[in-house]
Amino acid sequence: MKTYDDINRRIESGRAVVLTADEIIDYVDRKGLERAAEEVDVVTTATFGAMCSSGCFLNFGQCTPRMRISEAWLDDVLLYSGLAAVDAFLGATQLRHNDPANMNYPGEFEFGGGHVIEKLIAGKSVQLFALSYGTDEYPRRELRTYLTLKDLNQAVMVNPRNCYQNYNVAINTSSRRIYTYLGQLEPEMANCTYSSAGQLSPLLNDPFYETIGVGSAVWLAGARGHVYAEGTQHCPTCQRDANGVPREGAGTLALTADMKAMRPEFVRGVSLRGYGVSLALGIAIPIPVLNAEVLRRTTIRDRDILAPVVDYSRDYPQKTGRTLCEVSYADLRRGEIVVAGHTVRVSSLSSYHRALECAELLKSEIARGDFLLSKPLQALPREQSLKGLQIREDPR
Amino acid sequence: MITRKLFLHFPKCETEKPIVYHLVKDYNLIINIFRAKVTADEEGYLVLDVTGEEDDIERGMGFVKGFNVTIDPVNKGVRWNQERCTHCGNCLSHCPTHALRLRDASSREVVFDEAACIECLNCLDNCPFGACSSAF
Repeated sequence: MKTYDDINRRIESGRAVVLTADEIIDYVDRKGLERAAEEVDVVTTATFGAMCSSGCFLNFGQCTPRMRISEAWLDDVLLYSGLAAVDAFLGATQLRHNDPANMNYPGEFEFGGGHVIEKLIAGKSVQLFALSYGTDEYPRRELRTYLTLKDLNQAVMVNPRNCYQNYNVAINTSSRRIYTYLGQLEPEMANCTYSSAGQLSPLLNDPFYETIGVGSAVWLAGARGHVYAEGTQHCPTCQRDANGVPREGAGTLALTADMKAMRPEFVRGVSLRGYGVSLALGIAIPIPVLNAEVLRRTTIRDRDILAPVVDYSRDYPQKTGRTLCEVSYADLRRGEIVVAGHTVRVSSLSSYHRALECAELLKSEIARGDFLLSKPLQALPREQSLKGLQIREDPR
Repeated sequence: MITRKLFLHFPKCETEKPIVYHLVKDYNLIINIFRAKVTADEEGYLVLDVTGEEDDIERGMGFVKGFNVTIDPVNKGVRWNQERCTHCGNCLSHCPTHALRLRDASSREVVFDEAACIECLNCLDNCPFGACSSAF
């Protein structure tokens, strides 16, 4: 048994033993669970993929004369300005003004909120255009200028939903190609797409949220941030296997961190033909090895994690709840799965390669004594299901 | 018999000449065109395989060079920008020849084998990060 304080003292002294969730599997096999639990202090987990529910709060500072911004655009992407005078929120999936979207189906969706966030973190200049109705103390009514991340007072990423615990494998049983947030799906089940780091993914290594909770320190694209709440659609009451590992979406995390400390290679705008824009993020989360049971859960392997194969031509849009079958991440990573007798080629929208980089970078920071863990202030809900939206004709 | 993949760039003044016809007729070359854009009064591009005896290919290329046509032996019709690639692997199931593939199962790093690319352009449509582009 170790406490957070024990582990942090070892990190500060530079003696902490840190392994990635990829490395820990063989390590425990070799050393045995009990001995490994004594030796290892932290396991780093990670993921890199598109996370649509991401965005950032920005503060531009006041110009002369002052302005109470009521509408604003960065590189022609609309911000939410229903906040204080020069505060705004930029969402990852907001399209650029005048983007034809799917009017020329399938649309290209070249540029949006995620791309503006990528540009800001890469240190590039973006154009701010803002309008106001003007008030006595904020007389300016229009503004056009160029700025970089350094010019902002605050730029704080605030993501209502990241790190989905598990995810669907999308397939298309119809006779025409479809365009989805999991990429293009060819007709007659010719291909499928998944999006999870599997055995490296944070919440698959902590299926009951024993160490990851509100207040946990996270590595968000290189910046030290934290979990600020349960993520939207957090749904721990779900299908789980005998070890408690979810066999569908399940838990999610709401994360925040300072954009000024982020690294550009882990913050990338996403364009999905026929669907829209998003933001891909690299996230790593440390799991403190408090005891052997916590460690055992981090030794999960791709072959033991199941994901549901869902028909995105019919069952997903119509919300039927039907899944075609379940496959393991080991099956998916082999590049082909078999669904109803069809051999199906597999793509991934989540980068295991880049997730490994994130896990390694966090591991180095912890080993160097630069990243201390924080004990959760509050546990994430462990029982909670997902509500649908009722379409009602009358108020109630 | 050997096969070479070539990328030809035609300046505006050479787009109306039947160059491929002569490669077949006069130099005994087998031509397999992957992709072409040759319009009169505009510059043109041609990506093709030429198969034949090495001598014939050399002579044929000498003939082509006589027309101010630039021959690039390295495929540049489809470009893969390693910096833009995040190695997600969304391209993998859309690439018919596995020109885009994983280096190995453990690193899961995406690599691009230019020689295997047949320029179907599926990757351009499918890459969420704009890592693939076309020269024309």
